[in-house]
Amino acid sequence: MSLDRSDVEKIAHLARLALDENQVEGYAAELSNILALVEQLEAADTDNIEPMAHPLHMAQRLRQDQVTEPDRREQNQAVAPLVENGLYLVPKVIE
Amino acid sequence: MQWETVIGLEIHTQLASKSKIFSGASIAYGAEPNSQACIVDLGFPGVLPVLNEAAVDMALMFGLAVDAQIGSRSVFARKNYFYPDLPKGYQISQFELPIVGRGSLTIDLEDGQQKEIGITRAHLEEDAGKSLHEDFHGMSGIDLNRAGTPLLEIVSEPDMRSIKEAVAYARKIHQLVVYLGICDGNMQEGSFRVDANLSMRPKGQQEFGTRTELKNINSFRFLERAMNFERERQIDLLESGKAVVQETRLYDADRDETRSMRSKEEANDYRYFPDPDLLPVEITEQRLAQAKGRMPELPDQKKARFEADYQLSDTDATLLTQSRPQADYYEQVVATGADPKIAANWVTVELAGALNKAGLELSDSPVSAEQLGGLLKRIADNTISGKLAKQVFEAIWQGEGDADTVIEAKGLKQITDSGQIESIIDEIIAANPKQVEQFQAGKDKLLGFFVGQVMKQTQGKANPGQVNQILLKKLKS
Repeated sequence: MSLDRSDVEKIAHLARLALDENQVEGYAAELSNILALVEQLEAADTDNIEPMAHPLHMAQRLRQDQVTEPDRREQNQAVAPLVENGLYLVPKVIE
Repeated sequence: MQWETVIGLEIHTQLASKSKIFSGASIAYGAEPNSQACIVDLGFPGVLPVLNEAAVDMALMFGLAVDAQIGSRSVFARKNYFYPDLPKGYQISQFELPIVGRGSLTIDLEDGQQKEIGITRAHLEEDAGKSLHEDFHGMSGIDLNRAGTPLLEIVSEPDMRSIKEAVAYARKIHQLVVYLGICDGNMQEGSFRVDANLSMRPKGQQEFGTRTELKNINSFRFLERAMNFERERQIDLLESGKAVVQETRLYDADRDETRSMRSKEEANDYRYFPDPDLLPVEITEQRLAQAKGRMPELPDQKKARFEADYQLSDTDATLLTQSRPQADYYEQVVATGADPKIAANWVTVELAGALNKAGLELSDSPVSAEQLGGLLKRIADNTISGKLAKQVFEAIWQGEGDADTVIEAKGLKQITDSGQIESIIDEIIAANPKQVEQFQAGKDKLLGFFVGQVMKQTQGKANPGQVNQILLKKLKS
């Protein structure tokens, strides 16, 4: 399986990545190579192997249900480009 | 053509924890914007999510309640999309290996039949924040207090064949999660949100038609209306030879219609993958056993017990077990020694009516279960008549004290001394010779006149059974 220009453009759009026109071909080739590697992996017999969700052989540690975070709105909003009435302002998201 | 409706529901229940699913920020409703959005919720670089054990335990309780398959391992995944109400650029959700697998729930249909609805899965995920679109000089305002609130998304099979079935299923899930204490069930505040997938097919056809997904529904009434509108819309399209487009539609309650939500090519390409920030969750035997130990009696079990222990009708048992507080209140009344059937009537009719009229919840009832029990005791031992009992109830409601105090203060004690009743009756007979004559000549309905006179004389306090008995004896002699 290999990717063409339109696949790369679509993936870039979904990930909100701005690609230069002349980068697209290069990425198409690189991503296709990765898929070729996956195809090789697919040839392996995995019938008796449990799918791995994480490379560490550990289980998730859980935390107790306690409120531990105080209100730090002022510090958090100090780095935001635009704030009003306690809200973060962003470019309008619906037309 | 005859059309058949096919419905599946996705229900988002907000879990009743104190803190968020992956951070220690509070989830209390109604706080100042962004005062409960910490750096984990804001997606600052370098932060790590740590899973809240309460969310896990609540999900397990739901799984147990619907007899679901619960695996020993559960995995969190990233659902990728860009929207400012999720600053990370992805929502942490579950894709493969959700915490609750296949289960089922039995609903009661209107005709008295039951139907089993399949539950495909229920998975844990974080809620998004809120976007406000007005009054920000052409920009959107973002409040991330809700971001990271734990949700359990309960996905049904497309097993419902009518709008009524879908509403019954949604109500049953609502009742269940509130009973379990894992969700406050508040639909106005968004703690319980229903998305409906609806499609139509010619009756008898096997394959499903194209479905639409209805969102933005925050009451059962709107759920029913939105589905009704959508059903008609789809039938109109299909009967005029057009196709239904698979899309998400928003319900607009003001106009009572659904309309297409996304105008442009919104490809739902979420590119799920296991979240590397979170390890697989191990559901140990011990944790599952603890969740089992925390399970309360469920609505169906409680209803069956009420029918068996208190000899209640199906209707009374259903009404009383509608909510846990009401069932508890009822059992407290019965525990005072009240007759279960009479207690059921007072709780479901008099008390429920008074609460409804006053716009109060049972938890705010001015009449406690002990007070109602005290009142029923005085009806049972003939201290007061059933008629006067309503007056006493009213006085207890107004805060005039418990039943005995009110009866004493108002002098409502029933007259059961037959000597006293006899002498009153003698006076009345003596004062109304004409009516006595007519009665004795066969005008039986005049008995009511005499009973009325006695009650008037005693302000309704004479025991009605005794009055009838003595009147008949005296008039017929």
